[in-house]
Amino acid sequence: MPYIPHTEADREEMLATIGVGSIEDLFADIPQELRIKGPLDVPPSLDEHRLLGRLFELSRRNKNSVSDLACFLGAGIYDRYIPASVGALISRGEFLTAYTPYQPELSQGYLQTIYEFQTMIADLYGMDVANASMYDGSTAAAEAALLACASTGRSKVAVGKSVHPHYRQVLHTYCWSMDLEVVELPATDGFTKEYSQLDQEIACVLVQSPNFFGGIEDLAAARAAADGVGALLVVIADPTSCALLKPPGEYGADIVVGEGQPLGIAMGFGGPALGLFACRQEHVRRLPGRIVGRTEDHDGNSGYVMTLRTREQDIRREKATSNICTNQALMALSATIYMSALGKNGMVQVAESTVRNTQYAISRLTDSGASLRFPGKVFGEFTLRLPKDPVEVQQRLLDQGILAGLPLGQHYPELADCLLVAVTETRTRAQIDDYAAKLATALS
Amino acid sequence: MPTRTVPTPTLIFEKSRPGRIGCNVPKADTPEVDLRSTVGELRRELNLPEIGELDLIRHFTNLSQINYGIETGFYPLGSCTMKYNPKINERTAGLAGFTHVHPLQPADTAKGFLAVIAEVEEILSELTGFHAITMQPVAGAHGELTCLMLIKAYHESRGEGKQRRVVLVPDSAHGTNPASAARCGYEVRHVDTAENGDMDLDSLAAQLDGTVAAFMVTNPSTLGLFEPNIAKVCEMVHAAGGQVFCDGANFNAMVGITRPGDQGFDCMHLNLHKTFTTPHGGGGPGCGAIGVKSHLEPFLPAPVLRFAEGKGSAREVVVDEDRPLSIGRVSTFWGNSLMAVRALTYLLAMGREYLPDIARYAVLNANYVQARLKEVLPPANDRHCMHECVLTASRYKKENGVRALDISKRLIDYGFHPPTNYFPLIVPECLMIEPTETECKETLDAFCDALIAICGEAQDNPDLLHDAPTTQIVGRLDETKAVKDLDVRWRPQREPVARV
Repeated sequence: MPYIPHTEADREEMLATIGVGSIEDLFADIPQELRIKGPLDVPPSLDEHRLLGRLFELSRRNKNSVSDLACFLGAGIYDRYIPASVGALISRGEFLTAYTPYQPELSQGYLQTIYEFQTMIADLYGMDVANASMYDGSTAAAEAALLACASTGRSKVAVGKSVHPHYRQVLHTYCWSMDLEVVELPATDGFTKEYSQLDQEIACVLVQSPNFFGGIEDLAAARAAADGVGALLVVIADPTSCALLKPPGEYGADIVVGEGQPLGIAMGFGGPALGLFACRQEHVRRLPGRIVGRTEDHDGNSGYVMTLRTREQDIRREKATSNICTNQALMALSATIYMSALGKNGMVQVAESTVRNTQYAISRLTDSGASLRFPGKVFGEFTLRLPKDPVEVQQRLLDQGILAGLPLGQHYPELADCLLVAVTETRTRAQIDDYAAKLATALS
Repeated sequence: MPTRTVPTPTLIFEKSRPGRIGCNVPKADTPEVDLRSTVGELRRELNLPEIGELDLIRHFTNLSQINYGIETGFYPLGSCTMKYNPKINERTAGLAGFTHVHPLQPADTAKGFLAVIAEVEEILSELTGFHAITMQPVAGAHGELTCLMLIKAYHESRGEGKQRRVVLVPDSAHGTNPASAARCGYEVRHVDTAENGDMDLDSLAAQLDGTVAAFMVTNPSTLGLFEPNIAKVCEMVHAAGGQVFCDGANFNAMVGITRPGDQGFDCMHLNLHKTFTTPHGGGGPGCGAIGVKSHLEPFLPAPVLRFAEGKGSAREVVVDEDRPLSIGRVSTFWGNSLMAVRALTYLLAMGREYLPDIARYAVLNANYVQARLKEVLPPANDRHCMHECVLTASRYKKENGVRALDISKRLIDYGFHPPTNYFPLIVPECLMIEPTETECKETLDAFCDALIAICGEAQDNPDLLHDAPTTQIVGRLDETKAVKDLDVRWRPQREPVARV
């Protein structure tokens, strides 16, 4: 076995040094009745050639967006272009096989990239500081709500129904476990704009913009509503949109979170993802997860360390600001390389292309017999109402190589006639025209 | 004082020049639109760097060269299980049929992924002795939190939710255990460790009453010892109506030898990035699969996967969304699916023949290191250890003013990543060494030789240790300054005002 290098001679020498006769003797503390007897009921070992064949066969049972399907499905994960430099750099062993930078002298490479990541995310969101990343967008949103409750001493959070349904489910799970109450605000015409349920017990208002339906929310109104009851404003924002739109920080958000997958991370069936978390300076000591700071060594050389460590679970244990230990350093590195490769102009160009393609898709698809369900401004995603069952239409287009979008009935029964369509910069005019033509046929 | 000749690398922002770009971005071929009227108010400025592709590659390649990974050298970080990440894992996880799959595409177009996840779950179920596994938690601490939520839901379903508000943890527990318990709304109480390193059963018995929701146990413990009374411990907690959680951070020592489910545990988390060779990536992504006994299964986060009846890889996978007692979701989609691909690749490479060798050789390596070092760094408990040994340097602190941290920093000058320091908290000046099964005898010998030499230096020339490391781009960094003058982001310099 190539992963276990011991020869028989090594084993005998090592056992002699330890002073036991066999490896078995080292397990003497495990009572016999707790030992596994007989062979494991798992598949036999495969050599590397057969192993590759087996996994390749499994991979071919998935339809993928490179060779099989034109992807118009989004809802939180987006088919964006990833520059080749990202994969090449994150697969370098020095990054890929490192651990948490507990020994900063040996981890300056990672620590600097995280400092660069924190800078870019804070800038993109228009916020003071960002942490070194979280698991994914949904858990980042839930952690933001917990931070708001801890900070305000209140025990209710309000969330718009135009927030991603899975994010709301995760929020409900986390809040249930901490005895916190969740209030859902209605999504009138696909937007959160009805705030009459807010009261003085609300710790924070969570809105998503662009929201689950692609709609650009009125963040100034959300800010005013939160201020009305002394609550924090938490905005969940797609980082790509922030390259173009006025960022949530400029609307006065207290915390901005999001899913970093669009920043150079493969769709990968939804994971690993990248949770983004940025806030105003006043909350920095309550931030969950890691944060990297710049400092000096005893000779005055500039260097980086994990800082504000006393918030963390390995130091402060049950008094920590969160239980989070692992972050998403490799994914944060992907995002850092992606944002560096595209830079200021490339990021804006991706966002602009997304808007152009989206507007073109709206005009073509609504010419094909569908109608736009919600009026208002959108970024990258929109809701179509279909005269036929969206699940059937989706299946019909799937057979013709088009991943048409997400039928909404499962999440919003009142929108059972609707399909959520996403259009990124990687879709072409020809693909959109093809979709429109096939949709017209499916609806006729 | 040594002088360092390599300059501190500049930040990518300092390399930025207006007009450069590092990627040929896809351009829309659809009609132009007026942006302001289409999406509303636009942002004024964006301070992302502008850099050409070659300089981009050099920047991050140079940073990689001042970073230490397993592929750079030995990384004996105890409790973190830094074993080799096989290259084939990266190749399989990089297949387009895995990377370019959307989590919400119809299940019949993602049958391969569902089969990967279901097969990993099935193998982990066999290795751990648990009835059901879910891959939805995305990190070890996330798995712990999810297990506590399941326990909470279980007690609530029996009408004991309000009454059971306490979670017990051993004094040697990982910090995530008490933090996860607190994050699930529980009060945390500690159970002592006995003189010989085993759990103190009297201390446990004194804490057990109707308020206890769960006991979180790491087995083998963070002292590197298998808890011989584990079955009794589980019985005691069950008799008091509590549940027992197994922290799976140290599962590497048990693979193929003994199963937590058979030991009496009700649930556990597994770190796929520890035992199952998915890379740690500088601190994540992790993957925190959890296993549960059947009484906790109804509460698992939805959706749950299972194979239709039968054996073999062609079986259909059933997606079960209809789970009325579920605690709800704990992450956005299916968990860290690409990590499941890596873990499956590894599990199938090892197979039934080699899986038990993981634990056997990990334990052999740890005991070999302990035996070679016991004269200079005595073990905290004079017993055979499991996959990691916990040694104490308190002698050098007392006699020479040298701390465990100084020994660790000196190891860097010898070319090794240091072991874990000051954990578990109950051992003074401790060094926790976990070699893993993937290291060969020559590496272990070189490492032990270095530590023996350093212990000699500690007695003869302690300043060598106090000043270490001297071979890296930076020396010991001022962590107090980092907190006091908090600098967690770069900001552009203002243009200097022109002087007349």
